[in-house]
Amino acid sequence: MKIAYYPGCTLKNKAKDLDRYAIEAAAALGYELEEIENWQCCGGAYTSAKDEIATKLPAVRALANGRDNGGRVLTVCSACYNVLKQTNHEFTVNPDFDLRVNNYMKPDTEYHGEADVLHYLELLRDEIGFNNLAKKVVKPLKGKKIAAYYGCLLLRPSDVLAFDSPENPEIMENFIRALGAEPVIYPMRNECCGGYITLEDRNQAKKRSSAVVESAKDMGADFMITACPLCLYNLTKNANDPIPVRYFTEVLAEALGLIEE
Amino acid sequence: MENNNRKKEQILRMSGAAVQKCMRCGKCSATCPSYDEMEYHPHEFVYMVERGDVEKLLKSESVYKCLTCFACVERCPRGVEPAKVIEAVRLEAIREQGKNHMKPDQIPELLDEDIPGQLLMMALRKYAK
Repeated sequence: MKIAYYPGCTLKNKAKDLDRYAIEAAAALGYELEEIENWQCCGGAYTSAKDEIATKLPAVRALANGRDNGGRVLTVCSACYNVLKQTNHEFTVNPDFDLRVNNYMKPDTEYHGEADVLHYLELLRDEIGFNNLAKKVVKPLKGKKIAAYYGCLLLRPSDVLAFDSPENPEIMENFIRALGAEPVIYPMRNECCGGYITLEDRNQAKKRSSAVVESAKDMGADFMITACPLCLYNLTKNANDPIPVRYFTEVLAEALGLIEE
Repeated sequence: MENNNRKKEQILRMSGAAVQKCMRCGKCSATCPSYDEMEYHPHEFVYMVERGDVEKLLKSESVYKCLTCFACVERCPRGVEPAKVIEAVRLEAIREQGKNHMKPDQIPELLDEDIPGQLLMMALRKYAK
């Protein structure tokens, strides 16, 4: 099955593994990720201000493209997911935003929030199913203790994203189980890594990232997985005593036997 | 004072947050990962904006310490959305002519070879107009 795919800026540059393994693993599971034409960067952060229009237009263009190409937009990056989904939601609660966006863009067909935004993990959970995924695993990650790091962007605001329980999520743990490994549940898995503060105040980011990594290590993690390039950067670069952090798509590709040793 | 009131109204409009629903429980500040770095904390943003005491907030570095992690929004028992209030105060500050908190020409010296593009985009969204 084909599905419209929004990779986002970082997956084409510093996070090429996140992109490549997502495409290869999807192909092995029967999905062709069709990259949206001429997509623009989502901006990385959703601005919650009601009167901000221009910063949300790149997301609107991707959403409209998804609507016209199968009705959905698939993303892998946590930030893209957060921005696209919050932008889409704004159409349903803010008529002023809807009107001004369409007035400005003058699209052939007006956009009113019709597309569905889907995270790669949701595709695995809701469509392919973790039970079916487990059957496709050829190299189970037996004996590995993996700490899933959700951070903020996949979970909050939960009333808009509706991705998983914001305080007790289980989607990534079930993903880890499907790959034959053991998930590590630790208190800081849904607390912030420091995000963009790392650019201006490296010390603050170090405190946040170290707290997350220490929490995962305390519960016995061998390594951590994430969907977010900025989380991966912060956890590996800013934690005092880091452990390996990998993209979930790389671990998926490995379990599916797509990575040659 | 009148200008102050206009800024308060603008901040409330931008945020869409219901500051009058706050019952001063302090849970937003208790869960804030930037608490130790802030002069004014999330519950104070909510209270001071409601009172119209916005000038101190607009001048404070605290607006640049919020990570927009939305922990306060998620955990507020009254649905007040403090992070949206802080975001609106920050925008009110940087939308003023010449008040960008970070300029593109500051960025090259902050770079290392692994910094994701996502980080630069986010930072410019947060710090500059």
